[in-house]
Formats: sequence, C-alpha cells, structure tokens
Amino acid sequence: MKSGDQSAMAELYDRYSSVVYAVALRVLGDTGAAEDVLQEVFLQLWRNPGAFDSARGSLGAWLAVITRNRAIDSLRRRRPETDIEDVILSVAPDLAVEADRSRAAEKVRGVLGTMPPRQRSALEMAYFEGMSHSEIATKTGEPLGTIKTRIRTGLIALRKAFQSSG
Amino acid sequence: MTEHEQFAEDLALHALNALEGEDRANLEKHLATCSACRIELEQLRGDGALLALSTLGPKPPLRSRQRLLDAVAKESATELTSRARSAPDTRRSWWGVLGWAATAAVIVFAASLWKENSALKQGLASASAEAAQTTRELDDLRRIAAPIIAPEAQRVTLVAVKTPPQPQGKAFYLRDRSNLVFVANNMPALPPQKAYELWLIPTQGAPIPAGVFKPDAHGSATIVNPPLPAGMEAKAFAITVENEAGSPTPTSPVVMIGTGE
Repeated sequence: MKSGDQSAMAELYDRYSSVVYAVALRVLGDTGAAEDVLQEVFLQLWRNPGAFDSARGSLGAWLAVITRNRAIDSLRRRRPETDIEDVILSVAPDLAVEADRSRAAEKVRGVLGTMPPRQRSALEMAYFEGMSHSEIATKTGEPLGTIKTRIRTGLIALRKAFQSSG
Repeated sequence: MTEHEQFAEDLALHALNALEGEDRANLEKHLATCSACRIELEQLRGDGALLALSTLGPKPPLRSRQRLLDAVAKESATELTSRARSAPDTRRSWWGVLGWAATAAVIVFAASLWKENSALKQGLASASAEAAQTTRELDDLRRIAAPIIAPEAQRVTLVAVKTPPQPQGKAFYLRDRSNLVFVANNMPALPPQKAYELWLIPTQGAPIPAGVFKPDAHGSATIVNPPLPAGMEAKAFAITVENEAGSPTPTSPVVMIGTGE
C-alpha cells in the first residue's frame, strides 16, 4: 500500500527524526548506516501508516522501537524479523521535544546507575546489541535464569521510575 | 499474573526480541491464548521503549530530510500516474495554504520528474527539444518549491504583536483512505483526568470521534490514523475537552475548530 500526505510526512519527520536517528546511531555506531535506517523507518510509515495504532501508544515510542528493531536487524545482517504491524506497545511517553528527551534520558541514566553493573550490562546488551539471552549467558558466563531475571527486573525498574513521577 | 509467573521472565526477553529456541516457541503458543500475557508483553515493550526514547545523539544530516521527501515524491508520482489512468483524483488536502502548497508543489515536481523520465525513454533524438523545455519547467518548479520544501527554509508563523503562542492544530486527511494525521502545538495544559478529543465533523450527521490526546509538557501532540468510518467527507475538524477515556459524543463546548475550504 502506498499512501499518505507529503506535507504530513514532512511534519512527522521534523518532529521525530532526531529520536529515530539517535536510536539507530546508538545501535549501529555508524552515521551512514543510521541514515539508511532513518530513511527506511520513515518510508515504512509512509507506505503503511495504518501499521501504527494511536490508541495503543505514542508515535514517538513506536518509532523508537521500530527503529531499534530495524537497526538490530541491520547490525546482525539478518532479514527483518518483526513486521512493523506486529509491534504493539502500551502507552509510553512521546518525547518529541528535545528538552523532554533530555530529562527522560537523565532519568533513565539515573535508574541504570542504581542497578548492579551486571544487570545494567545485560539489559544494554539485549536492547542495544540485540543479543539473545543465551548469547549474553555465554558472554558473561552466568546462568540463563540469572540473565532472564536481570533483564525483567531492569525493565520493571524503568517502568516504576516513570510511573512514580509521570 | 500468578498463574503466568512461569512466563514472566520470558515475556521480558521476548519484548526485546531476545528470546529464542524452544522457550520462544512455548511462549508464543501461550500468548495465542492468553490476553493477560499479551498485555504484559505490550507493557514490557513500552518499558523497553524508554531506553530507546532516552537515547541522545546528534541530529540527522540535513540531506536526510530531502532524501526522504525525494523518495516520497517519487513514490507519489508513480501512484499519481496509476490514479490518473483509472479515476479522477478526489483527494483534497484541506488544511492551510502552506500545507496545500507544499503538497501540490511536491506532487507537481514529482510528476514532472516522471514526465521527464518517460520522455527520455521514448528516444534521444526526438526527446532533446522536449527535455530542454522540461528542464526549464523543472527549474521554474524548483524555484517555486524550494522555499516550501527545502530543509534549510525558515518557517515562520506571524501573529499579532504581544500575542502569546496560540494553540494550533493541523489535520491532514485523505478521505478515500480514511487516513488522518493530526499535529497540535501550544495546547493548554488539561485538568486532571481530562484529555482533548478530536472530532471529524461530517457534512451530514453527528461528529465522529477521531482520537483522544494529551499534549506533552510543551503542548505538543500527534494523532496518526485513528479508527474512522470509510470514505467520510469532513466538513470540519474540532476539539473538545473530555474525560481521558474519550467520549462517543462531544460533552463540552468546542475549544478549537477548523473548516476546509
């Protein structure tokens, strides 16, 4: 399906390209590759705007997750594993404005800073390097169950931090 | 969630696409029949999104914006051609002169590129004169479109002197596909438990809910493709303040409204 309104797309790009590019660059560490993912993500939105369900969450969060998934696929040189229509997440902040993102980043860093280093490391390896739980277990020499627990409690800690202060 | 504790940790891994093998297969089988775990999975994806959203870095290079708009224009040109062959194009971007102008300029620009490309394919000898003419037309179009679509163009909204930033909403609506993108700025903060609700005002009949939104700390908000009835012609769009769950009909006075042409 090809649809959309070009000026609407330009508005959305102006609002969300910073988030998308930052996530892609964080995962890939290469500006050219990050730019390619940026293009791909917005073109997917252009071709299939119905993939995003505004009743289920913020567009900023959805784009961030789509970008992270695509960047991981690119990093690991594999075909896209998840169709964008299958990425459904419950409400998360939109953070289209730079100042809000800076505050959120500070809060996330604060939560990560309170975590034991190994838990933080497991969470970041899974999220930004796209490593599976068994790959993390092999790399760290820790049991699979420990890795699972660390990742879940890490995500829950982030949720609580944002729930308690909005 | 007690009965689903055995899946709790696998859900977190699955939310990050980090689960594999038998564990993943077992979880997906369970998810097919368990709505509670599907909801928890969506929540965990939202938790993971916080990590992504909080990533800071340099802005994308300016050329990326133009590259995207060029790609979008190219795809639109292809679509425009196929539409022209089938039926008259009834789409109308009804909001604002600048939005219309930008849309029109890019479409015309893209259509001209397609025209140029087709002409070249027909033969070099006969196309040379036409190509020269097309080039002149393209140059003219580029000069017209540049202030509207160029990434470095300044976009300035003029308001009366000493006027604070005014609430503003832009709706981009494609009736024949029921696609709606709505972007709001400078929206006033809401009372607790309240949200703004966007309404599509049809030419006949009652207002149709077109999405509930709460602006962020800067008064910005976005709605993309709320569920809408097919082919509904919009006479106007309006905003009311409703309970945060939304309302099937407006229950308070309209605070913002915009009509088409």
